[in-house]
Amino acid sequence: MMMMIARTRTWMATAHLSDAVIERCLQLAAWSAVTTLALITLFILREGMPVVFDRGPMAFLGDVRWAPTRGHFGLLPMIAGTAVVTAGALLIGLPLGLAGAITLAELAPMKARLVLKPMIELLAGIPSVVYGFIGMEILVPFIRERGTLGGPGYSALAASIILGIMVLPTIIGISIDALEAVPKSYRDGSRALGATQWQTITGVVLPAARSGIVAAVILGMGRAVGETMAVIMVAGNAVQFPGSLLAPVRTLTANIALEMSYATGAHARALFATGIVLFIVSLSLNAIAGRVRSGKRASFA
Amino acid sequence: MARVALCLAVTGCTRAADAHVPAGAVITLAGSTSIQPFAERWAEEYAGGRIIVQSGGSTAGIKAAHDGTADIGMSSRALQPAETAGLVETVVARDGIAVIVHASNPVRALTYAQLRAIYGGTIRNWRQLGGPDAAITVITREDGSGTRDAFEQFVMGASHEITASALVTAYSGGLRKMVSQDPNAIGYVTFSQLNPQVHALAIDGVTPTEPSIASGAYRLQRPFVFLTRGAPQGAAQQFIAYVLSDAGQRIARAEGLAPVTIQ
Repeated sequence: MMMMIARTRTWMATAHLSDAVIERCLQLAAWSAVTTLALITLFILREGMPVVFDRGPMAFLGDVRWAPTRGHFGLLPMIAGTAVVTAGALLIGLPLGLAGAITLAELAPMKARLVLKPMIELLAGIPSVVYGFIGMEILVPFIRERGTLGGPGYSALAASIILGIMVLPTIIGISIDALEAVPKSYRDGSRALGATQWQTITGVVLPAARSGIVAAVILGMGRAVGETMAVIMVAGNAVQFPGSLLAPVRTLTANIALEMSYATGAHARALFATGIVLFIVSLSLNAIAGRVRSGKRASFA
Repeated sequence: MARVALCLAVTGCTRAADAHVPAGAVITLAGSTSIQPFAERWAEEYAGGRIIVQSGGSTAGIKAAHDGTADIGMSSRALQPAETAGLVETVVARDGIAVIVHASNPVRALTYAQLRAIYGGTIRNWRQLGGPDAAITVITREDGSGTRDAFEQFVMGASHEITASALVTAYSGGLRKMVSQDPNAIGYVTFSQLNPQVHALAIDGVTPTEPSIASGAYRLQRPFVFLTRGAPQGAAQQFIAYVLSDAGQRIARAEGLAPVTIQ
């Protein structure tokens, strides 16, 4: 009897010890992600800030020319390029994505849903260079030749269309979650009052899921802002304020990726400064999306 | 772990011994990213010792030769007078920069002045050059690229800049593809990147060919220069002699460079 108690005690002590070790390891893993983020932030700031202080923020945000080897570091054309391409992507991706999400969450029969949803998720798994390649081979020549529109084909329009497709999985996925989180009683109540299915969707379900859908749009926006490879391949990368959708533009991400390989000195640090701007934009978008989503959860709690 | 490191060290030694390298005969090259791939080809074929090739750009190569951090600095541009102090320049090959258009483009020749006007954004339509009535799609390399640097130096000069509306790509191959797809495009690539899908224009009446680049008749070209502090000596001298030998120049030609004519 005494032996057994003693044995159990040792076993429990070992169990406690291994619990503690595992707990520590998990904590370490969790903190390593945070530390990585902090280190990246520090690194970008350390590399990029000196040149910002050196030349003053207006050298970056007040100059319209980017010619780093000639001492011009204006980021405005690239900020405008990113904004135009992102807006274009949402203009295409939002109606398509929202329609897709409503279909899948509210209208489609179970069978169709089982086929469609994984396929949309598959879209997210296609490497961006493949999107870019398809854009370069099909979309760009199409815009150049078919349209009476003119232009070189490499354009804000081409980038918007490609990005519009690339943000679909993000927008659809998160919107579906939002729509499915609307309690069934809302729909039942609406139908019981004599509303049609479409009236129920537009009048009850969509407003109830609004914050989730807004979050989906913001995260889609973040995806569009951050995309690099596909954009470089189809946007044309000219450093100018886009005069039309058919004009070539350069985004912030493209600016870094294009010029990183040979940049030295102030040029390289100016690219890190580009990274700071991009970092701020992406982080703000994610923060806003998080805020909006947590607001939604609270309302259904 | 220690055993793995030891194995690596031993294999490293064996390899070096296989190549019959005299102790200490390791030479370092640093500089121009344009020369780097060719330098690596020479290093591969060279039997006289181990060559380490680093990139970093022409300016870094010139500095490395000055500081002695590299035995040989590589520069793909001619040195400015202030940079030459104490350095001996050896031109090891010449790289032509070909101005290319779509194979179907009827325009086959331009002058430097026309080229400058096209890239400066003042000539915008092929009609102004005797071609079809179509807007010119101007394509350039990214800021910082050695090819762009040479193009700006020879074509644009200090006072003209490449138009902001020009399309920009970071790859020679990508630029060639863009030109081969667009009948109205114009771009520039190093001579080694030419292929039948694009047409290289004659400039001021001279078509870029190996002989015209080697003789200097085709002016849109840049020298590939090896720099040493003082006259090259020992292992560095042997490697440079190899690069300038028939075997070394044959490799340069096979890779699309024009050989140097040794007077």
